[in-house]
Amino acid sequence: MTTPLHRYRIVQWIDYRLPIFSWTNEHLVEYPAPRNLNYWWNFGSLAGIMLVVQIITGIILAMHYTPHVDYAFNSTEHIMRDVEWGWMMRYLHANGASMFFVVVYIHIFRGFYYGSYKSPREILWWMGVLILFLMMGSSFLGYVLPWGQMSFWAATVITNLISAIPWIGETLVQWLWGGFSVANPTLNRFFSLHYLLPFLLCAVVFIHLWALHHRKSNNPLGIDVKSPKDTIPFSPYYTVKDLVGLGVMFFVLAIFVFYLPNFLGESINYIKADPLVTPPHIVPEWYFLPYYAILRAVPDKLGGVIAMVASIAILFVLPWLDTSKVRSARFRPIYKQFFWIFLADCFVLGWVGANPVEGSFILIGRIATVYYFAHFLIILPLLGKFERTKPLPESIHQAVLAKKGGADASGAPPDSSAGSSPGGAA
Amino acid sequence: MADTAPESDQASPQGEETRRDFLILAAGAMSAMAAIGVAWPLIETMNPSADVLALSSTEVDISEIEVGQSVTVKWRGKPVFIRRRTQEEIDAARAVPLDDLSDPESDEARVQQAEWLILVGVCTHLGCIPLGNKIGDPRGDFGGWFCPCHGSHYDTSGRIRVGPAPNNLAVPEYEFLDDTLVRIG
Amino acid sequence: MRAQLFAIAATLGLVFAGIGNAVAAGSAAEPPDHEWQHTGVFGTFDRGELQRGFQVFQEVCASCHSLDFIAFRNLLDIGFDVDQIKAIAAEYEVEDGPDNEGEMFMRTAKGSDYFPAPFANPQAARASNGGAFPPDLSVIVKARDGGLNYLYGILTGYEEEAPEGFELAEGMNYNHYFPGHQIAMPEPLYEEAVEYADGTEPTLEQLAHDVSVFLAWTAEPELEIRKKTGLKVLIFIAIFTALIYIIKRRVWAKLH
Repeated sequence: MTTPLHRYRIVQWIDYRLPIFSWTNEHLVEYPAPRNLNYWWNFGSLAGIMLVVQIITGIILAMHYTPHVDYAFNSTEHIMRDVEWGWMMRYLHANGASMFFVVVYIHIFRGFYYGSYKSPREILWWMGVLILFLMMGSSFLGYVLPWGQMSFWAATVITNLISAIPWIGETLVQWLWGGFSVANPTLNRFFSLHYLLPFLLCAVVFIHLWALHHRKSNNPLGIDVKSPKDTIPFSPYYTVKDLVGLGVMFFVLAIFVFYLPNFLGESINYIKADPLVTPPHIVPEWYFLPYYAILRAVPDKLGGVIAMVASIAILFVLPWLDTSKVRSARFRPIYKQFFWIFLADCFVLGWVGANPVEGSFILIGRIATVYYFAHFLIILPLLGKFERTKPLPESIHQAVLAKKGGADASGAPPDSSAGSSPGGAA
Repeated sequence: MADTAPESDQASPQGEETRRDFLILAAGAMSAMAAIGVAWPLIETMNPSADVLALSSTEVDISEIEVGQSVTVKWRGKPVFIRRRTQEEIDAARAVPLDDLSDPESDEARVQQAEWLILVGVCTHLGCIPLGNKIGDPRGDFGGWFCPCHGSHYDTSGRIRVGPAPNNLAVPEYEFLDDTLVRIG
Repeated sequence: MRAQLFAIAATLGLVFAGIGNAVAAGSAAEPPDHEWQHTGVFGTFDRGELQRGFQVFQEVCASCHSLDFIAFRNLLDIGFDVDQIKAIAAEYEVEDGPDNEGEMFMRTAKGSDYFPAPFANPQAARASNGGAFPPDLSVIVKARDGGLNYLYGILTGYEEEAPEGFELAEGMNYNHYFPGHQIAMPEPLYEEAVEYADGTEPTLEQLAHDVSVFLAWTAEPELEIRKKTGLKVLIFIAIFTALIYIIKRRVWAKLH
């Protein structure tokens, strides 16, 4: 494969030995993407960028942080006060974690809506679920590091979940702690693992992208690419489109970093960890609230833990639970309704998770939890059998032209002289 | 590439093209600014932090140092040599013609009071600590200090005489607060 | 798609608001909103308020509360010059050592020293305060739900006598805004508790306001530079994104 750069001898020389130029060209420039991807397809790239932001700011923070129970809280304040731009690095990292989850959750729900998990993208989807698990682990470990009250008690509560495992639970928890409670050995190993996980994440992201580029992107119509006319090269079309999303994302992130840096945090985490006093109201970070609600909806220790893990693990079998042959919700009128109900259910779970287990929250939490699982285990399998889907378009190419209202939706190549039609891209 | 839709940019009007060139140029310039704007704070985080900079002076009580004796104190994480020189050592340092030195500096310029020689005890070659402060240490061929790492010899004014070190031992900023107290830094 | 975006943004907004409220709701009354100069997008600290607040801290709070993360050199930020800071530091003694005999000794504080704590350790602090531990005040504004308004509410929310029927434990004080209303700290501020160096009238409200602002600064000394940087960053990103969007429109317009 040759690129414009190949006119340089040095490029030819390197590419013959290590085809980085051809490879970059194949995957980032000429990669044939469906021509109808909308802005919801930005979020994969954005998630990748957020991972990079977290790794860079994290490496800087690790240069100034001390993983020791006597110094962790103080070294965090040292970063905030004495290190040049330290406050910015910490606030970027803390709010960046939230941004990462926002972007990934939108990415996942985009997958739900357009059926991106269906054949032949099941392994691509599995890698995505694995990424979510790793992200959750990594963010939990990272939250422990500042060694505030919420850090300490989150670590205590979450690690105690493992003690629910019959027979070996207690032993396992002590092994995880390196002692009889969350203490210095725990903090030390959490720091080590928090540094390790992002690199595992990178590896899984690589496999995720490998699978993506092998079977190519899904698209809003959910139909397969049938001819070259259905695709456009990734550059410049999607590079520039992703950049627009990138700008918007960083704008939102900047608002939080510079003006609302502690809005998503817990004030109690600015109190140094005290193993003798539990704060009255323990809540996880917002991105864990729905799972937390599911955990608490089950009035049994082991059962709660199983339900919580299952709420994510169920995504692994989603490609087989959804029996519909049609991918995109655009052609599934009933599924589309259930998609929005499911999204609302997740918000309800989050809301319940943020509130104490009392009064009507208990009942609401249980109903929402049951619905969460019913969505996957009952609604999706049945919908595939009974739903009457709308007719699918012939091809992406035709659908795009029809939508533009062009006179020649029949598929004949239109005259290309109208380079700057006022309608532009939708 | 054969498997993507052909583009249709043959017949764009001229004005359109230049306007886009300008936009791309502007976006490129802003990207460069953004890259610098991001890189700069990242690099600056590794500078000495405010608390480290604030600790940059230390006070030393020199009342108990005998003539001919040396002590080592810590300043900014590095050793500082304080030697109360004998008259012979002072004379030896002042007798050297500047032409014999690879880093010419007179002894008078390196001390505030002839008796007290205060130096940053870090070899200017690659940062080892020269020997010569403790009794029994080798002091090199010129009676000052000797760096065991790569064999640099310093004289009784801390000037480099033989060996790979390019410069004399550095003189820190210091001030005699009174007869017994010196503040370094 | 635009409608979808709005719907999602609205839902997100509602949920966040819900979370915020849920978290903020304690067992005590919500402290009223007080006017602050430094909040808001362009707000900066008033140096006069900060310096008066520092005086209140020094003369009142510091007898029981530590301020671990603030060094004397930090006072440069609130408008004192180097000589003033040296003079302030010279009023304090800090432990140093060991000396040549291996003994710890006390010496006059320097700019690089941190505010000495009033008690050697939490146990000593409890012993002197009837079992209650006066918390460190460095990040207290960030460490309490309600932040500044809560702090101001506590300082001005004391009541001589508990309301009829309220069981006040021995040695406790009644406060409107403290969770549970029983606070171990006796009313710290009252009119003319401090004689201000700049002649400002030391009403209870003024004292509480100034010391709250001072503690807002100790919690967020980066506030001014943060907001200033943020404004530049936001303007830059907005222009950049608009530019990219125009380019995107033009690039895509070529597609048929």
